[in-house]
Amino acid sequence: RLCILKGIYPHEPKHKKKVNKGSTAPRTFYLLKDIKFLLHEPIVNKFREYKVFVRKLRKAYGKSEWSTVDRLKDNKPSYKLDHIVKERYPTFIDALRDLDDALSMCFLFSTFPRTGKCHVQTIQLCRRLAVEFLNYVIASRSLRKVFLSIKGIYYQAEVLGQPITWITPYTFAHDHPTDVDYRVMATFTEFYTTLLGFVNFRLYHSLNLLYPPKIDGQADVELKPAEGKDYAMDSESYLEKLSALSASLARVVAPTHEDEVEMDEFPVEGETAEQMDVRKKEQEALEKHKKLFEGLRFFLNREVPREPLAFIIRCFGGQVSWDKSLCIGATYDVSDPSITHQIVDRPRVEQQVVGRYYLQPQWVFDSVNAKLCLPVADYFPGVLLPPHLSPFVTEQEGDYIPPEKLKLLAMQKGENPDEESEEEEEEEEEEDDNDKEEEEEEEENESEREEEMKLKKMEEQKTQSNKVLPVKVTAGKLRLEDRQRLEQEQQSEEKRLAIMMMKKREKYLYKKIMFGKKRKVREANKLAAKRKAHDTAIKEEKKKSKKARRA
Amino acid sequence: TSFLPLPRHPGVHLLETVSPALPSHRSPLLQDIRNTVGNIPMEWYQDFPHIGYNLEGKKIYKPIRNKDELDMFLEKMENPDYWRTVQDKMTGADIKLTDEQVDLVHRLQKGQFGDVHFNPYEPAVDFFTHEVMIHPVTNRPADKRSFIPSLIEKEKVSKLVHAIKMGWIKPRKPKEDTPTYYDLWAHEDPNSILGRHKMHVPAPKMKLPGHEESYNPPPEYLLTEEEKLAWEQQEPAERKLNFVPQQYRCLRAVPAYSRFIHERFERCLDLYLCPRQRKMRVNVDPEDLIPKLPKPRDLQPFPTTQALVYRGHTSLVRCLSISPSGQWLVSGSDDCTVRFWEVCTARCMKTLPTGGVVKSVAWNPNPTICLVAICVEQSVLLVNPCLGDKLLYGATDQLLESYVAPEEERVQPVQWVTATVEEHSKGIRLVVQHSKAVKQVTWHGKGDYFASVVSDNSNMQVLIHQTSKRWSQNPFRKSKGLVQCVLFHPIRPYFFVATQRYVRVYNLLKQELTKKLMTNCKWVSSMAIHPGGDNIICGSYDSKLAWFDLDLSTRPYQLLRHHKKALRSVAFHKHYPLFASGSDDGTVIVCHGMVYNDLLQNPLLVPVKVLKGHVMTLDLGVLDVLFHPTQPWVFSSGADGTVRLYT
Repeated sequence: RLCILKGIYPHEPKHKKKVNKGSTAPRTFYLLKDIKFLLHEPIVNKFREYKVFVRKLRKAYGKSEWSTVDRLKDNKPSYKLDHIVKERYPTFIDALRDLDDALSMCFLFSTFPRTGKCHVQTIQLCRRLAVEFLNYVIASRSLRKVFLSIKGIYYQAEVLGQPITWITPYTFAHDHPTDVDYRVMATFTEFYTTLLGFVNFRLYHSLNLLYPPKIDGQADVELKPAEGKDYAMDSESYLEKLSALSASLARVVAPTHEDEVEMDEFPVEGETAEQMDVRKKEQEALEKHKKLFEGLRFFLNREVPREPLAFIIRCFGGQVSWDKSLCIGATYDVSDPSITHQIVDRPRVEQQVVGRYYLQPQWVFDSVNAKLCLPVADYFPGVLLPPHLSPFVTEQEGDYIPPEKLKLLAMQKGENPDEESEEEEEEEEEEDDNDKEEEEEEEENESEREEEMKLKKMEEQKTQSNKVLPVKVTAGKLRLEDRQRLEQEQQSEEKRLAIMMMKKREKYLYKKIMFGKKRKVREANKLAAKRKAHDTAIKEEKKKSKKARRA
Repeated sequence: TSFLPLPRHPGVHLLETVSPALPSHRSPLLQDIRNTVGNIPMEWYQDFPHIGYNLEGKKIYKPIRNKDELDMFLEKMENPDYWRTVQDKMTGADIKLTDEQVDLVHRLQKGQFGDVHFNPYEPAVDFFTHEVMIHPVTNRPADKRSFIPSLIEKEKVSKLVHAIKMGWIKPRKPKEDTPTYYDLWAHEDPNSILGRHKMHVPAPKMKLPGHEESYNPPPEYLLTEEEKLAWEQQEPAERKLNFVPQQYRCLRAVPAYSRFIHERFERCLDLYLCPRQRKMRVNVDPEDLIPKLPKPRDLQPFPTTQALVYRGHTSLVRCLSISPSGQWLVSGSDDCTVRFWEVCTARCMKTLPTGGVVKSVAWNPNPTICLVAICVEQSVLLVNPCLGDKLLYGATDQLLESYVAPEEERVQPVQWVTATVEEHSKGIRLVVQHSKAVKQVTWHGKGDYFASVVSDNSNMQVLIHQTSKRWSQNPFRKSKGLVQCVLFHPIRPYFFVATQRYVRVYNLLKQELTKKLMTNCKWVSSMAIHPGGDNIICGSYDSKLAWFDLDLSTRPYQLLRHHKKALRSVAFHKHYPLFASGSDDGTVIVCHGMVYNDLLQNPLLVPVKVLKGHVMTLDLGVLDVLFHPTQPWVFSSGADGTVRLYT
């Protein structure tokens, strides 16, 4: 527990045998100075106090001394992890760098049921901190990438220049595994909640937001149920309202809308004008990305996961609402005529309202990753969706790039190859059909002709050989020397010879590197071949269905 | 309508309470048939004709019931009071309920009180008031103990006071009122950063997901059936992906990931149980690893193409030798012949049947003598091939014939026999008969002495012969191991003997061991010396070639592992800085081996050409290699029965 809290990890000794008394059995080794460092930790005494407290309490319970129990409970020792957080992360940036695991863990714990596995307070705290962080990301518009994986939903935000990635599970009940030590996880969570709380505090203050977060006054009024029917408890419903993610937060200083000062530019030494331009463009693209959904009004159907979608849409400036009975915080109704997009996840929609797109949720995710609003035609309800690609993959040279990604890259560059290519494809297909049939016929004719010719020649030869002496001179062929090829061969031979002269160790390394490269190429080729096979299979199916239709 | 609902709970009471009341009503009218059996289950009388006794003690008989179903039905239909008729269990008589009784039943069924006139909502009369009255409720005088202070309390208080004085009881700690969260990094003091923090290795972040983890991945990332099977059979630790990629048609269909908690837990374990280490990743361009060698093009001349093939032998060709002029080539083979070839035309000039497997041939390096030493089984034949200049080979014959036997016969390890007439006509001039099979013969540079190696374990393995005096001697007193090959130094009086693992250098004049070279090989197969005399190469059966610089060290200057199989022979060129090695893998590798006169500069070894051509037979490739004495050509003899010339 101490090691977890203080971030002490084992070390791999340089001489394993020397340390392990001659055996090479796997053992964990800690540095002596690390363990000594743990000794001086004041929290050790707090832990001891707590142990004594538990012992006393148990004794009092055993003797049924209720007054003692009350007194002990009143004086329950408590401890804080503030100084450990400060010690482990001396600067705020350090803390941000390590936030990935903290966020993932908090999001996981906040989905736990309130039974048994851990303290209810922990779950509530995790939920609160997670919601606060989400609200910060919305307020700062720092979300960059989202990804729907089979494990959960990945988000990546850029906070103060640090990329922070976290994963949230899909909102289903967990089947709690038995081979997991929840105490270890709880200890980690204890530390992470402390860390996340401090980070949230700092982040909120960096944006001049109130902490603990308050919903903006104006929005607060809107959120108040109109019928005057109060919820059970205001304090509880407040977190719910926050977690609805539909209202903006109150600021310490009232925001002035003219505060977007243009940044002065200081050219970095050694930077050319081109690099400056590139940077400027990147900045502009980022600003544009942040305002991706600005001016759009979304409505989420009830079968759609509300929280992730509301979070993403709000992060990019969109307005979002949902059915009033689904969750608190709905701002407008389905029948609102100003809705531009309705997110739907069912095979078809009856009673469509004119003037809005009915889209599947993947559109939101793909648009965010593509940094532009994608064409909506592929995402209508009931349509076979295009593949959802991971935004975290940056393909290097020689890697396999799926064709969808290529298309996307082209689209980002400003081309619009989509419609044209599709039309072309169809045309091509038709042409291909015709061509092929013709070709086949032609081929048959040709092959027949060729055979005839061959037979004729053979006969001629026979007759000739009967007449003329069996000695004959075959005409030589002119062999053209391909200079390039020769040069290449020579170079490759030189390389081979040089490889022979490599030292043993270097040769080993070289072979290893080359093996890795070859494997990469092999994998890429395999993927490409698979894709090709898949595409041809689909094409044939299409053709068949076409023919069937024609018939 | 005629159905009387059977009373459930209250009904029992009803009958019991009602029935005693009945006779009081009817006594004036009916006879008193009160049953005296009491409150007992009436089933006890089921099997009897009577159902009890009246007041006089006489049996009350059950009323005669001869109604069958039809009568019952008719009665049900006809009797308007059937619904209010109840059988009295005590008497067995049918009783018709009165209106009041039916009313009572209805009321009880509704859960109302039985009495019509009972009011359950009487106004409550409060007889205690909340107001304090002037008069006490009781008139009891107060106790004495209510006037004097309590001793027990005093005792308890004094105990507490004592405990406080002694410091046993502490005042309650004031609640800390610092907020839970505050700006922790408000004062970032660079001095407060612990030194150990610089040594801290931050945990690597989780791997970011790729396309295959998507809920709707491109189709090529989905596993095929075989891949899925392979994935299932792999150990969980060995799997490249810790999940099977899957495709769902829409987001609604995506289920929860069952291993989510597991994975978080494993991450936790990694964070606090995994040793961390900064590993320097080798980030080299593989092209940089390739040594920068001079280009073979700049190191010409060297043999590059196969020019001629000398065909004629029917079995593997073990050995080759060339005349000092470079015009004639001799090859010995397992088909028990020695063939003489003209180099330029590949024409077989002569075939000499030897009657045994030829292990080694060596042409006398002296250009004025035309003589070839051939090892056949236990003897070394000295053959005059009678090729080339007639004067030259005539002079050789004369030289051999001018031998005069010494007066006193000396004891020799071998027998020198002059060839018979028949042999003479074939070209054989002298036969040196050894006691055991000879495996190698090599000439001294001057052409008078030659050494032969006998496969033996004794000290008689190496013999040195003098042709002009027809005299042999055994230079070694003791055997130092199985001798593989021997060699004369081209200039100085040194003699090289290669055993399995070492090469010993003897000074023939001083008759002592000068050097012992460690080859670092398992089994030396062949050896060649640089014409300068300071460098030696050794080929070994463990496919290594060791280059020794005798001035540098007794260990190899470089070990070259160019071949994939055992090396059979190595050779140096007389003039050009070239050396070649032939191996069982069927290739001859020609290397540039420049030796500088400057002692400070180490030899430069560069492979320049891999020559292929020999066909693998019996798992053997090249058996011997040999350079042309003047041209940059190399000969190789192979197990396929050919000799090839590369130019």
